[in-house]
Amino acid sequence: MHIFKNTSYDFLRWRWHAIALSLAIMIAGGVTIWTRGIAKGVEFAGGTVVVEQFEQPVTVQQVREALGQFYPGGGDNAIVQAYGDPSLRMVMIRVGQVGAETGASLSVTAQQVEDALRRGDLGGFNRQGAEIVSATVGRELTNKAVWATVLSLVGILAYISFRFQLSFATGAVVATIHDLGVTLSFLAFFGYDMTLNIIAALLTIAGYSTNDTIVIFDRVRENLRGMRRDSLNDVINVAINQTLGRTIITAGTALFSALALFLFGGDVLHGFAFTLLVGLIAGTYSTVFIAAAIVSFWRGAGPTRAGRHAQAAATTAPQQPTRRSKLQRKARAS
Amino acid sequence: MTLRWKLITIVVVLVAFSAVGVYPIVAAYFGVSSPAVLMDRQLKLGLDLKGGVHLVLRVQTDDALRLETEQTMERLRAELTTKGIVVANITTPDSTHFVVEGVPPAQDAAFRQTAAEVQATFDRSAGTNGAYTFSMKPNVQVSLREEAVVQARQTIERRVNELGVTEPSIAQQGADGDQILVQLPGVTDVDRAKEIIRSTGLLELKIVEQGPAATREAFLVNGQEPAGMEILPGSSGAPGEAASVFYLLRKVAAVSGKDLRNARPTIDENNQPAVSFTLNTDGGRRFGTVTGENIGRNLAIVLDGRVQSAPRIDGRITTDGRITGSFTQEEVQNLSLILRSGALPASLTYLEERTVGPTLGADSIRAGVLASLVGLLLVMSFMLIYYRLSGVNAVVALGFNLIILLGLMAYVGAVMTLPGIAGFVLTMGMGVDSNVLIFERIKEELDAGRGVRASINAGFKRVFLTLVDTHTAALISAAFLFQFGTGPIRGFAVTLSVGLVANLFTSTFVSKTLFEMALSRRGQVATLSI
Repeated sequence: MHIFKNTSYDFLRWRWHAIALSLAIMIAGGVTIWTRGIAKGVEFAGGTVVVEQFEQPVTVQQVREALGQFYPGGGDNAIVQAYGDPSLRMVMIRVGQVGAETGASLSVTAQQVEDALRRGDLGGFNRQGAEIVSATVGRELTNKAVWATVLSLVGILAYISFRFQLSFATGAVVATIHDLGVTLSFLAFFGYDMTLNIIAALLTIAGYSTNDTIVIFDRVRENLRGMRRDSLNDVINVAINQTLGRTIITAGTALFSALALFLFGGDVLHGFAFTLLVGLIAGTYSTVFIAAAIVSFWRGAGPTRAGRHAQAAATTAPQQPTRRSKLQRKARAS
Repeated sequence: MTLRWKLITIVVVLVAFSAVGVYPIVAAYFGVSSPAVLMDRQLKLGLDLKGGVHLVLRVQTDDALRLETEQTMERLRAELTTKGIVVANITTPDSTHFVVEGVPPAQDAAFRQTAAEVQATFDRSAGTNGAYTFSMKPNVQVSLREEAVVQARQTIERRVNELGVTEPSIAQQGADGDQILVQLPGVTDVDRAKEIIRSTGLLELKIVEQGPAATREAFLVNGQEPAGMEILPGSSGAPGEAASVFYLLRKVAAVSGKDLRNARPTIDENNQPAVSFTLNTDGGRRFGTVTGENIGRNLAIVLDGRVQSAPRIDGRITTDGRITGSFTQEEVQNLSLILRSGALPASLTYLEERTVGPTLGADSIRAGVLASLVGLLLVMSFMLIYYRLSGVNAVVALGFNLIILLGLMAYVGAVMTLPGIAGFVLTMGMGVDSNVLIFERIKEELDAGRGVRASINAGFKRVFLTLVDTHTAALISAAFLFQFGTGPIRGFAVTLSVGLVANLFTSTFVSKTLFEMALSRRGQVATLSI
């Protein structure tokens, strides 16, 4: 079975449109983040922990539903756990920060939690304790995550430069940054809270994007050996077309799994799956339209090395500065 | 390698990883009793799926203040000695003050000048008879306390989550912010976890001036510790003996735990468990100087204020050393972990210990697991429909991948959370990429008119380089994430690396062998179901 057989789409023709579209999305995303900010989940923001002892047995699910319905700001992000021996019917509830957390508002928050529980009709309960609790994901972890990501991109830049060329490496890294930017923009458009799961999803996207790009570049490199007289744009287009089937199938299988998580995974996996859906689409799109376009801009759309060399030998037209192999330089000197 | 050996390799790998990763889960589910070796390492369920143990600790922030006060006092004392200013006495009445008594009137101006060096952190007030009281500034106290809690929290996090795959929940708590809440998923050995969290873990290597002696008093000069020295207890060295002996040591440590780069369990020349450590470059240089100057003398290895052993220095030692003593295997493992994670800045006391239930309700768990299964089935059925018989090959490779992944994760002590399971499914969805790449290439070769065997060989051979490039790039980025990230970021890097290695093995080696096996039974093959 073949999805695509011997296609010859001119992908690079659309590079300007693609870049304009991506920039538009990222600028809109940037503006949204700038004005509204990305809401932080309870893991990042900290809040209040309240322990209640119930008179009748309640399930964690019931408590969460009561909070979801009646707690101001919603209880979707509340962490609810059975606490201590089950026979004691104690439940620990961690809710996110609402406004400044001081000694006074601590009891206000605890009061709000109890109001929600009362309206949820869960029977009588006694407060066993309430405490301010910090973020479980400290600022230092967030900073380190950003730094680690930046440094890992530098590592990838170095590796691809070593295995291919700097132009390819730049293309791959810019495409990865593009995917992260687009995904963050969509998270902002749809108002998702930033959670650890979403960070994991973003890291996955970064890896996927680089992987996808390297596969196509690898084909470009292989074709460069055989297609010396064709223009670089042609070589890139051929490579993209040759790997098109694979690109679509891989993106498809990954999207299948992400879609299943998104549709059936429930609230917990919603943000995670959404991030992956957007990221996978962006990653596939950027490989085809962004990464290749950057190589094309960098190296010039003209003939590849060998082709241009042949041309240069025939005419004395000024050459564009490009990297040449030692052999070619020697050939020119003679 | 012949086909037979390839198959044997695959079966061995499969059995080994199934034993670690899959068998314990199945055995536990059906209640089959199994050897503890296998069950101890099984994949645990995370706080969200199963709950765990909930601990609250208080950081004794006074310790951090006392340490700062003592260090400042010692610095001033050393400074005064070099400048030739003789004072009667220097003491610390409490954690935030120190008192200098009997500054000679003639040297008062010089003393004030010297003491000006500590005025960034301490306020000075003059008393009678050349007495001065130094009190720590309130804002310094506040920031030191905060720092101590943050540092303690980070140290605890490193101890319970060294590889980032344990998925604990750690936060600061309380109005004063000096409590630390730690939730650990499904810990069976709570006591061990508590001990590891609480150990101070301060390692110091000090030169022995005298000793050992049976009593502390043997070293006292005029009823006091000699200046610049200290007397610390230690064990006499015989295994299992609790009797204490005492050593007179130089107060200044040659190197301390801060200079450690790594620590790991080992065995000493008497086949006793020991901990070997490696110092960083700077620490190694200082250690080399000190040991080089003191050949023939003894070096005390002091852990949390107790001499563990005091071996003789036989030669210059730079970066590598070993802590011996009467340790059990488990103590050695705990000690290595504690040393690697760094010392706690202050001691901790436990305020609370409870078991807690899962953070997710049964409904959420069911939905998440169902979605993951659906995702996995979608990927598998697509491969079967699109690649027909070769799809079976891909699905088998995928199954292998899953088993290896589970085995490796169990081995490193990973904990399964719901997002973790979802991540697994996604790894599978992306992992088929390698198979897809190879299969598409084989198709291209077939279209180009090559024979079946030649096409398969060419497909694997050409794509192998691509796979090496993509996997190496991903491993490099995982290495950076592990090196510079903390907690869950490290965990992500570990999972990613494990997935990459498993994937490379199954998509090239296993999948190729399956093709070879299928083709070996037939002579000339004209068509390939792909």
